[in-house]
Amino acid sequence: MAQLPFIAAIDAGIHQEMQRDPSVLYFGQNMATTENHDFVKAYGHDRVRVTPISETAEIGMAIGAAMAGLRPVVELYMAEFMLVAMDQVVNEAPRFRYMSGGQVKVPLVLKAGFGFACGWAGQHTGSLTALFMGVPGLKVVVPSTAADAKGLMATAIRDDNPVVFLHHYLLTLEPGEVPDGEHLVPFGKAEIRRAGGDVTIVATGWMVPRSLAAAERLAKEGIQAEVIDPRTVAPLDLETILKSVAKTGRLVLVDQAPRHATVAGIIAGEVAEHGFSSLKAPIVQVTARDTTVPYSEPLEAYVIPDEERIVAAVRKVLQGRR
Amino acid sequence: MSVQALPAERQIWIYTQMLRIREFEERVKRTFTEHPGVIRGHTHLADGAEASIVGSLSHFRAGDAALATYRCHGYPMVLGSDPKAMMAEIYGRVDGLCKGLGGSMHLTDVKRGFLGTSGIVGAGIPHAAGAAWAAQIRKKAEVVYCFFGDGASKQGAFHETLNIASLWKLPVIFVMENNGYNVVTTSEQEDANAANGEPLAVKAKAYSMPGVTVDGADPLAVYAAVGAAVERARAGAGPTLVESKVYRLSAHGNIIAPPGVPLHYPEHEAITVFGKREEYEAALRGDPVPRFRATLVKSGTLAAAKADEIGMQVAHEMAAAVTFAVNSPFPKLESALDNVYA
Repeated sequence: MAQLPFIAAIDAGIHQEMQRDPSVLYFGQNMATTENHDFVKAYGHDRVRVTPISETAEIGMAIGAAMAGLRPVVELYMAEFMLVAMDQVVNEAPRFRYMSGGQVKVPLVLKAGFGFACGWAGQHTGSLTALFMGVPGLKVVVPSTAADAKGLMATAIRDDNPVVFLHHYLLTLEPGEVPDGEHLVPFGKAEIRRAGGDVTIVATGWMVPRSLAAAERLAKEGIQAEVIDPRTVAPLDLETILKSVAKTGRLVLVDQAPRHATVAGIIAGEVAEHGFSSLKAPIVQVTARDTTVPYSEPLEAYVIPDEERIVAAVRKVLQGRR
Repeated sequence: MSVQALPAERQIWIYTQMLRIREFEERVKRTFTEHPGVIRGHTHLADGAEASIVGSLSHFRAGDAALATYRCHGYPMVLGSDPKAMMAEIYGRVDGLCKGLGGSMHLTDVKRGFLGTSGIVGAGIPHAAGAAWAAQIRKKAEVVYCFFGDGASKQGAFHETLNIASLWKLPVIFVMENNGYNVVTTSEQEDANAANGEPLAVKAKAYSMPGVTVDGADPLAVYAAVGAAVERARAGAGPTLVESKVYRLSAHGNIIAPPGVPLHYPEHEAITVFGKREEYEAALRGDPVPRFRATLVKSGTLAAAKADEIGMQVAHEMAAAVTFAVNSPFPKLESALDNVYA
């Protein structure tokens, strides 16, 4: 175990896979520009390259390289940059295996930060997770701890499908215990970050630490919240969520995206359909307010779900509890 | 490359492949009337581009790869795909090349190096460059053939990819089949080079790679132009843009209509939209398939009787493809859920 910041843990995951598999490529803008670049030194320019600002070509070439037998990791920096190349992400990468009747595999990783809510204003702060999770053929990963960042990246690289790897920018420097050596975290297996019997809170990314902080406050009032981090939203571990709701009967969903663009809405629908008999109160969704993320600090804080709103939501679902 | 420089046998092979593509697609077209309802959605024919397709892929060797667009029936035919499986795919049947999951616009035959076809204009161009990066890493002098139309050269994907391909000296040959029309829009209406009387191949200059324009109706001219590009790519010197001028002899595709309206191929847009019947008829007179046959017969490379015999064989092969495909069952319903993930 080593104490590593989140961002270094992602790099450790990429290194782990590049060392064991010569077919892994790593490329993107503003990286690998000198011979001193960590990855260039280790693997050379055949496998590690800087690209122009050309997201469509970067992601499109990753698809072609993947179809030709390689495993590209594309460094995109910001999730919004995928919007520039949305056709390649949504309508090319996940389609080829299917349309070819299973003849090709498209193993690639699109690595992108998201949710940079610290004054980056309207175009670099989005939480676009839900935009990708419903695309058949895509897998979507949202780590919230350094250990998962390493293990999920390694699993993403080994996966034979296109994977959107979304790391939250405000977690970049968060340190955590990261296992040394080979570390893999399975897809589709949620982690219970905090056990509790009174209410289930489901959150991803930066909303996980916020939900945990809210849970600690509630614990002082005698309310025990169970906090679940799905870790991957495609595939989504509904079983763990439904099991928890069966125990607590109450569900609060926390999501940094605007109200109708959330993973929360999808989970709410599934729980309403498959866990209705367990529910003792209506599901409450704590989401960003329906607006573009503003620049001004107090306004930005007002828009994004915080500890206060999570606590209030939990109190709401517990209202009238015996 | 002169006619004499290619062995007679190879020239006859080129003619045979051109004829096979033409005959296959004639059967696709006839399916709309002979078996109404069997072909769904949108199909796009390569008639007029056969010489370009075969001339280009004559250089293909094991380890090379080719990627193309939704107008994709010709390439796998040349690379050895079974026309029965191709037709079954176009009919949505279980014996289809892609198990009925892709259809006419997405023919793929990985075993033969035909890696994939995107239905989105220009989107497949970076895929070819990515496959070329893989070839560059393998260092076996393998190349990738990237086929697309003139319309795609207005997409960002084209420009982004040509820039990187040249920058990285990727072993890819960009074959732009310029058929003069982007669906129902003429090149002069949508391309600055065309509007200024320049060939579209000048776009290569912006990316510091060779750009050549060739008569795409002449398979030997295409063979020579693409051959030089392949040689350059195999030598590690980078990509080339080959503008191959062809005339699409059918409309862009069958009519787009909701269910209930029988699908068919309308007349060419030159006539229906622009009223240029003479332009179209001149193109028909220059049809590359009979033109190449006449060249071969005239030069004594192919006897007329032998040419007729090839014609009979090909017609028989493609009739058999239709019979096979129309009798192939539909896939099992649950197979719609297969192959979503690897």
